[in-house]
Amino acid sequence: MAKYLLLKHYRGAPPAVNDVPMDRWTPEEISDHIQYMRDFAAQLESTGEYVDGQALAAEGTWVRYDGEGRPPVTDGPFAETKDLIAGWMVIDVDSYDRALELAGQLSAAPGAGGEPIHEWLEIRPFMHEPPSVTD
Amino acid sequence: MAGRVAVQVDEALLRSLTPAVIGILVRRGADFAAAEDAVQGSLLEALRVWPDAPPRDPKPWLVKVAWRKFIDATRADASRRRREERVEAEPSPGAGGATDDTLQLYFLCAHPSLTPASAVALTLRAVGGLTTRQIAQAYLVPEATMAQRISRAKRTVADVRFDQNGDVATVVRVLYLVFNEGYSGDVDLAAEAIRLTRQLTTLTDHPEVAGLLALMLLHHARRAARTRPDGSLVPLVDQDRSRWDTALIAEGVDVLQTALARDRLGEFQAQAAIAALHADAPRAEETDWVQIVEWYDELVRLTDSPIARLNRAVAVGEADGPQAGLRALVGLDTALPRYTAVSAYLHERSGDLATAARLYVDAAAAASNLAERDHLTRQAARLNAALQG
Repeated sequence: MAKYLLLKHYRGAPPAVNDVPMDRWTPEEISDHIQYMRDFAAQLESTGEYVDGQALAAEGTWVRYDGEGRPPVTDGPFAETKDLIAGWMVIDVDSYDRALELAGQLSAAPGAGGEPIHEWLEIRPFMHEPPSVTD
Repeated sequence: MAGRVAVQVDEALLRSLTPAVIGILVRRGADFAAAEDAVQGSLLEALRVWPDAPPRDPKPWLVKVAWRKFIDATRADASRRRREERVEAEPSPGAGGATDDTLQLYFLCAHPSLTPASAVALTLRAVGGLTTRQIAQAYLVPEATMAQRISRAKRTVADVRFDQNGDVATVVRVLYLVFNEGYSGDVDLAAEAIRLTRQLTTLTDHPEVAGLLALMLLHHARRAARTRPDGSLVPLVDQDRSRWDTALIAEGVDVLQTALARDRLGEFQAQAAIAALHADAPRAEETDWVQIVEWYDELVRLTDSPIARLNRAVAVGEADGPQAGLRALVGLDTALPRYTAVSAYLHERSGDLATAARLYVDAAAAASNLAERDHLTRQAARLNAALQG
């Protein structure tokens, strides 16, 4: 078993095939899209492959340590940041191929015109625990 | 505190009784899935009730409670008639005792129609007597996900006859996975794998089961020396061998020798033999690398596995020098896990520190676990400091 992160970007991914901003969809298309995502998560739960799914707000803040006894410094958000994560799903699957298959399904979520978005998702393996057998 | 200890003792007993109780329910006519559910229910009830009211005889208690739960579930089922008819039609499981039942459970839970992850989960629940929650925690997934994984696994094997013998090789692979992969949570999966494999050696005399048990014991013996308190890895050569568990080593060597005497060599016996040779060396410099290479030759012959060839190259590097080790790498796929790490190590041994440092950096980037990545990064840093100094 291996865990994978399916990462969805607001910005930074290559352009999708059906690349229409969500605010240009019809309300029904938006509902259908959300329902598709819910069904996808429910399907993963039923197959015993679901671990987690979260969405992130678009705006974040940069923070860093600023020395002993001083409050952390904050900055941003930076409009020019190229890579902006929208959310993720974590899956626990038997193989990399299965992870690809599921990412493909997720990317087929319907968008404008009820057509699949063909959105690019990033897939990243989780680190494992070290194995017990080492020789 | 005393109460807590008592509860833990009960849990170990509970888990060891699980497969036998499932077997008894199946013999009474329950199908495996329903029996397994009912027994899991009885385990949860025992965990709740036993701390305050321990039973005089735990096994009949579990059988009674599990059977009641099975009957209740059958009654509650809307399709009760259909199920009852099926129970009636079920062929008699035939003669045979609790020993056979437990062995059948191992086969069923490792059935080839199951994916490795499902087989692992089902084995831990039905043979190991772990709760769904414990298994979920051990594999860092939500309990609902693990519950679904187990239900699906049970549906997958629903049509497999309980009294059908399976392939020991599939069972052994599942137990190896339990031992080798997982997270260090409340349940010690390595110890659980050893318990289940030890139990299996009492049910079958297949030499590969003994080989796997020996392999597990010999690696488990090194566990305390394998990591520092901060979790960082200590490579074999640097381990404090006085911290190896000599009792486990003695048992592992004993189990292995008995298995090897049967003259039916398999991959787990060969791997255990390699581990035994490491265990036999009081100091790293005294390791019998020539014999280890010979065992890797056997392992390569048995498995034709590229991983075995990669590990063999390390042994060749120790037995015949780093240049020989590097030659043994030729022809292997450079994308193999740990290929770059092995190459880095052999280059360092050969004195090519600049190449080794670069390869350690690449190997760290490709590592699949944090402890190994951090170890490889430290190796690169150590060489880079030496190169600059």
